[in-house]
Amino acid sequence: MTQPFRIDSGGLINRGKPLTFTFNGKRYTGCEGDTLASALLANGVHLTARSFKYHRPRGIVSAGPEEPCALVRVGTGARVRPNVPATMVELHDGLIAASINCWPGVNFDVGAINNAISGVLPAGFYYKTFMWPAAAWMQYERFIRKAAGLGVTPSFPDPDRYDKRNDHCDVLVIGGGPAGIAAALAAGEAGARVLLVEERAQLGGQLLFRNASIAGQPAREWLAQAESALARLAEVRVVCRATATGYYDHNLVTVLERCTDHVADPAAHLPRQRLWKVRAHRVIVAAGAIERPIVFGNNDLPGVMLAGAAQRYAAQYAVRAGQRAVVFTNNDSGYEAALALAATGVEVAALIDPRERPDCAEAVQAQGIAVMSRHAVIAAAGSKRVQRVTIAPVDATGSKLTGPMQHIACDLVCVSGGWDPAVHLYSQSGGKLVFDGEQHCFVPGAAMQPVRAAGAANGAFFVEDAIEQGRAAALNSDTAAPRRALALQPLWAAPGVPQGAKPFVDLQSDVTAADLALAAREGYVAVEHTKRYTTTGMGVDQGKTGNIIAYGLLGGLTGRTIPEVGTTTFRPPYTPVTIGALAGREIGTSFEPWRRTPVSAWHTAAGAEFEPVGLWRRPMYYPKPGEAMDDAVARECLAVRNGVGMLDASTLGKIEIRGPDALTLLNRLYTNAWNSLAIGRCRYGLMLHEDGMVFDDGVTARLGETHYLMSTTSGGADGVLGWIEDWLQCEWRDLKVHVTPVTAHWATVCVTGPHARDVLTGLASDIDFSGTAFPHMSMRQGQIAGAPARVARVSFTGELSYEIHVPARYGLALWEMLLEAGAAHGITPLGTEALHVLRAEKGFIVVGHETDGTVTPIDLGMQRLVSMNKGDFLGKRGLARADNVRKARKQLVGLLTRDAAVMVPEGSQIVAMENAGRIAQPPVPMLGHVTSSYRSPVLGRSIAMALVADGSNRMGGEVAVVTDGRVVTATLTDPCFYDRQGARLNG
Amino acid sequence: MRYSLFSLLANAAGGHRRWPRAWMSPAPKPSYDVVIVGGGGHGLATAYWLAKNHGIRNVAVLERGPIGLGNTGRNTTVVRSNYLCDDSAHLYEHALKLWEGLSQELNFNTMFSQRGVVNLAFTRHELAGMERRAGAMRLNGIDCELLTLADLRRWIPNLNLSRDLRYPVLGGIVQPRGGNARHDAVAWGFARGASALGVDVIENCAVTGMRIEHGRITGVETSRGPIAAGRVGVVAAGHSSVVMDMAGVRLPIQSFPLQALVSEPVKPILHTVVMAGHVHVYLSQSDKGELVIGAARDSYLSYAQRGSFHLIEEQLRALIELFPVFSRLRMMRQWAGIVDCAPDASPIVGLTPVHNLYVNCGWGTGGFKATPGSGWVFAHTIANDAPHPLNRNFTLERFTTGALIDEAAAAGVAH
Amino acid sequence: MLLIPCPWCGARPDSEFSAGGEAHLERPDPDHASDGQWGEYLYFRRNVKGVQRERWLHSHGCRRWFNVVRDTVTHEITAAYPMGESMKETGPGA
Repeated sequence: MTQPFRIDSGGLINRGKPLTFTFNGKRYTGCEGDTLASALLANGVHLTARSFKYHRPRGIVSAGPEEPCALVRVGTGARVRPNVPATMVELHDGLIAASINCWPGVNFDVGAINNAISGVLPAGFYYKTFMWPAAAWMQYERFIRKAAGLGVTPSFPDPDRYDKRNDHCDVLVIGGGPAGIAAALAAGEAGARVLLVEERAQLGGQLLFRNASIAGQPAREWLAQAESALARLAEVRVVCRATATGYYDHNLVTVLERCTDHVADPAAHLPRQRLWKVRAHRVIVAAGAIERPIVFGNNDLPGVMLAGAAQRYAAQYAVRAGQRAVVFTNNDSGYEAALALAATGVEVAALIDPRERPDCAEAVQAQGIAVMSRHAVIAAAGSKRVQRVTIAPVDATGSKLTGPMQHIACDLVCVSGGWDPAVHLYSQSGGKLVFDGEQHCFVPGAAMQPVRAAGAANGAFFVEDAIEQGRAAALNSDTAAPRRALALQPLWAAPGVPQGAKPFVDLQSDVTAADLALAAREGYVAVEHTKRYTTTGMGVDQGKTGNIIAYGLLGGLTGRTIPEVGTTTFRPPYTPVTIGALAGREIGTSFEPWRRTPVSAWHTAAGAEFEPVGLWRRPMYYPKPGEAMDDAVARECLAVRNGVGMLDASTLGKIEIRGPDALTLLNRLYTNAWNSLAIGRCRYGLMLHEDGMVFDDGVTARLGETHYLMSTTSGGADGVLGWIEDWLQCEWRDLKVHVTPVTAHWATVCVTGPHARDVLTGLASDIDFSGTAFPHMSMRQGQIAGAPARVARVSFTGELSYEIHVPARYGLALWEMLLEAGAAHGITPLGTEALHVLRAEKGFIVVGHETDGTVTPIDLGMQRLVSMNKGDFLGKRGLARADNVRKARKQLVGLLTRDAAVMVPEGSQIVAMENAGRIAQPPVPMLGHVTSSYRSPVLGRSIAMALVADGSNRMGGEVAVVTDGRVVTATLTDPCFYDRQGARLNG
Repeated sequence: MRYSLFSLLANAAGGHRRWPRAWMSPAPKPSYDVVIVGGGGHGLATAYWLAKNHGIRNVAVLERGPIGLGNTGRNTTVVRSNYLCDDSAHLYEHALKLWEGLSQELNFNTMFSQRGVVNLAFTRHELAGMERRAGAMRLNGIDCELLTLADLRRWIPNLNLSRDLRYPVLGGIVQPRGGNARHDAVAWGFARGASALGVDVIENCAVTGMRIEHGRITGVETSRGPIAAGRVGVVAAGHSSVVMDMAGVRLPIQSFPLQALVSEPVKPILHTVVMAGHVHVYLSQSDKGELVIGAARDSYLSYAQRGSFHLIEEQLRALIELFPVFSRLRMMRQWAGIVDCAPDASPIVGLTPVHNLYVNCGWGTGGFKATPGSGWVFAHTIANDAPHPLNRNFTLERFTTGALIDEAAAAGVAH
Repeated sequence: MLLIPCPWCGARPDSEFSAGGEAHLERPDPDHASDGQWGEYLYFRRNVKGVQRERWLHSHGCRRWFNVVRDTVTHEITAAYPMGESMKETGPGA
């Protein structure tokens, strides 16, 4: 085994399972149970990264998700992960990782030039310069952008799948350390459904590396017993490698489970990650605590590490993070770390503590470690690894040097400035934070949602206290204050840092103590301003280790206490969440399912080109081999004008209305009067919103005394149903009427053209299709080939037309039957495009084309459809508002280009002729725009419709249509271009 | 001290110990000619232009917390003027022109980067809408180009242009002069500029009441005591209704959460602003390297600066449809602001039924881009007790007559 | 994500619902309302900061409209009641 810093015994790694991995192109060996970070340390690799701004050498600082420095790229090709902390990457065989944001490499990085000129790059330097010459910012910015950013986006689409899971439980326990385990056990034993999520690969938290005993029992023994007790509880589920990332309203917590990131060759059926959306009655946050650094000169050198991390590397991973260590601590936990290091054979050269000598010093000294009380580390030195530290005696508050400096050679500096409860999720839940003046950290205060904190996350840093708090939280009993407090004297930054040794506050964003001082000097003293001005806490780690120090230093700079400074907002997520996991499976073919009609498969087989219409996918046209779109559409149009065509109109919105007040409802919904509509007859209607603007149209048939069938636009069916239900349920609760959406129940085929009747009479039906028995605008019910059928004689093409509705299961049969019956007449399937041409030839509007939410019936020239004497209807009062009765509103017109061959694009703007010459000299007043524009095969020319200011008074006049910088002259006409008398559809 | 490369170099020698405060932080005086309620970008811009354009310097900006941390500090920093209605187009274009010289005007780098704003079309109907919008913009003198798929491939190299998508991209438009700016810099730059001209920028001063005598406003009550004022302008996005309620003026405004998020920072990958209204997502890449992603607002009234999680999921689904290569990047931070929405998605800037009380609100989800222009016309309105020609139609009265400036109805694009 | 207590279906996530805004609006008599009054009805809402009564539709569920009492600052929901029940019966809230 070639792992020079691996300890021969102990730890939770499996020495029997060596794993090979590659870092920056070099092969190494680690063990099962390692993280990438522990494996690198085992191989003596400390230089893992370059910093964001100054490209300074950086190493591994922590052993957890708070890691500010050791971000690496993991994987290759399409499976690359660009910026992940090496401390959270579980090692697997064949893992390939590399440093990021350095060129050509981490050992020699050209970007380090920034470190040399750092004097002109203080916080916010970019706000003060790059302003000359004025146009040059984007040139400067090019370089800034290139320099910024960390990793590189994968070049290929993600080959992995991501799952989502909705989950419900009585108690969600976040964190599987002693407090979380105790909480899950207590809640589970009390009969609750419990979900326990743990971020790491195994339960245990601090028990995995702290030499604690619980009621006299060794910690690991307690842990093993607790795990088997949890396993026996059927209603308790434990999920590891699962990070609670966000806490949202009404106790919704998101949990990201990493399913295969730790596996060399994952089974193909497994998702890479799974996003849990957990709705819990109660949540217990037992997420532990994060160790706080102390700032000193060159505190960013590889080899400067959090003391608890060095302890974890030694005890859990059996790795010596160095050979000769100096421990720098202002609290008792550093002493425990020193002992743990010494126990694994690390030479601890000294323990530096700015406090008076605490009781726990004795045990440390007994190991032969020099304890230097009332001292501080003021700087470290080394090039790519720490080689020595400079220490000096300090006064009682740690704010002044009181004696000469001395140096201690070492290759590891273990720092502990205290512990900060992981209050992130608690704060996201809306819970307040309060400052614990004894332990000098923010702890959870009053809750806003049903949530409690326990253990280190609640300031109970000692194992037995944590267990008691976990149990109390689970049983909803009062939480006792911890029996033991962490003895600590706050020290944010060492005094007397020598010139040239940069003291870093936020290691990821390269923010120094001087940057904070500059921000304070310039008035950026509100904590949010300081953060934004200096970028403190804005990196991938979101300031998990650095923010609290910034608050402390800012308080000192501005004469405020930490509670007065406050904190920045803890925004979700706790740790970054893969975007693919947030998107889940509802991408690609599942992004938004198509709605299909019973005939859809036939259309596909027939080679139709489709277009989306609302949720539907409708055939746009049916090209024959070699046919372009225009040719196909022209053929389909002419077939309808000269013979017969058929259209799958199943998407047409259909709503049944039944009940004694059905007529009243129609009168209130539509602008026109419905009293005189006889059974078996149809009528066209317009619906308005309360502001008087058109929002849907369609034909409604009276099927019986109190029974109507309403049709709506294909895209508007859901909106119309919602509109009617809203009024019926909320305002017109006295109306006795039911509305039922039946769009999907009926398949609809429209047969249209001069030969339509001939086709229908060829069907086996009990319906009399003759003109006298079945006039235009009527509906008949009967049977076609034994299937129940409703047939409406209505026309959207201007030709003799029938809409045949049969139950959906007969839709395809009907379609095929009509094809056969119409074969002799050359029946031609037509798509939506031909339908649009045909309706435009007739001047029929399409809601959404000719209307846009600002168009009244009067604007459309449909005054005759607005009954002002039938009583109230929706939109009636709105229509009468001052602006809606204004003269010269935009009105619907037809548009004929002077050159019949020229077609103007839909959406083109229209200007007055006198302005046609100056369209290149804006601003030019606009009269309106083209709403529909087609080539009409039957007329042999282009036609268009438009909304034009004062259009009804401009009929016959010319306007200029502006398209792509050109002007097309066109004449305003009536919008009906074909068979104005309607002789064809009444035949 | 003027900001420049030279002053930066000079200060570097002295360890940057001589930089003065960016803006002063005085105690409120008992009386001002004009009090601006709201220290966001719009309010600070209003004060700046009052002093600069109208010579009115006895002005206080009152902000209940620190300046610039409402929507100014929470938006996705898109600047554009690609509007359809004439009134909107002229107002936003005026703002855009001010953006183009703002760093020099304020001597504070607002990092306005004209990287272009692309709107994508996914249906033929949307294409027609873009033709309409592009035509209107050009006739209003605003830059706009229609984009083919080949153009889009050039503008947005990683965009998925497959025809097999549920909603394949059919085309788009670009406003090349649109882009992004640094949001905080706008607030700080205007505060510094206004402060230098004598305006009192007063932080941590909440307005708690309005003094109105005989239909005329005479001052405001604040958490730091009463302040008399000749005129009062309210620019308190997120809380417009709450503040105007104190004066008994009702507004046609509803407040909703609007969420946004950023990815972890990556090397340059997206060089323009991309808006895909049909599938509800838009994004750009910040100078720090984060993808800045947004979508539609939440549907329910809220003053909580919290939104519903499913909106995040939905916009990221749309993102992956359009940019499959972003799937393995990670969401680093998400947040929400409170947007004050008017029924027609257009702002209200003008006089109120109370004499000498003016309101500037209703910018909905798109107020950031208007910041310098909004302040410009609002300062004019306050100084002259009459609207500037650019905001004369953005009145409260339009909700009586029905003469809305209906960007909401007329547009297929998010605002 | 809110958990909305539908009076018919129980508590469900807000993604199943559509928000309908302020509840208990009065539609003015259209024959006698001025343009100003009609404009108020169309466009002006109280925009309550605090406890408000609002309408919700269980659009992806039972498709019933109902009223909810919700705090617009904390998002806490204290009551839900069917359409047609008056404000008085369900306690405070603007």
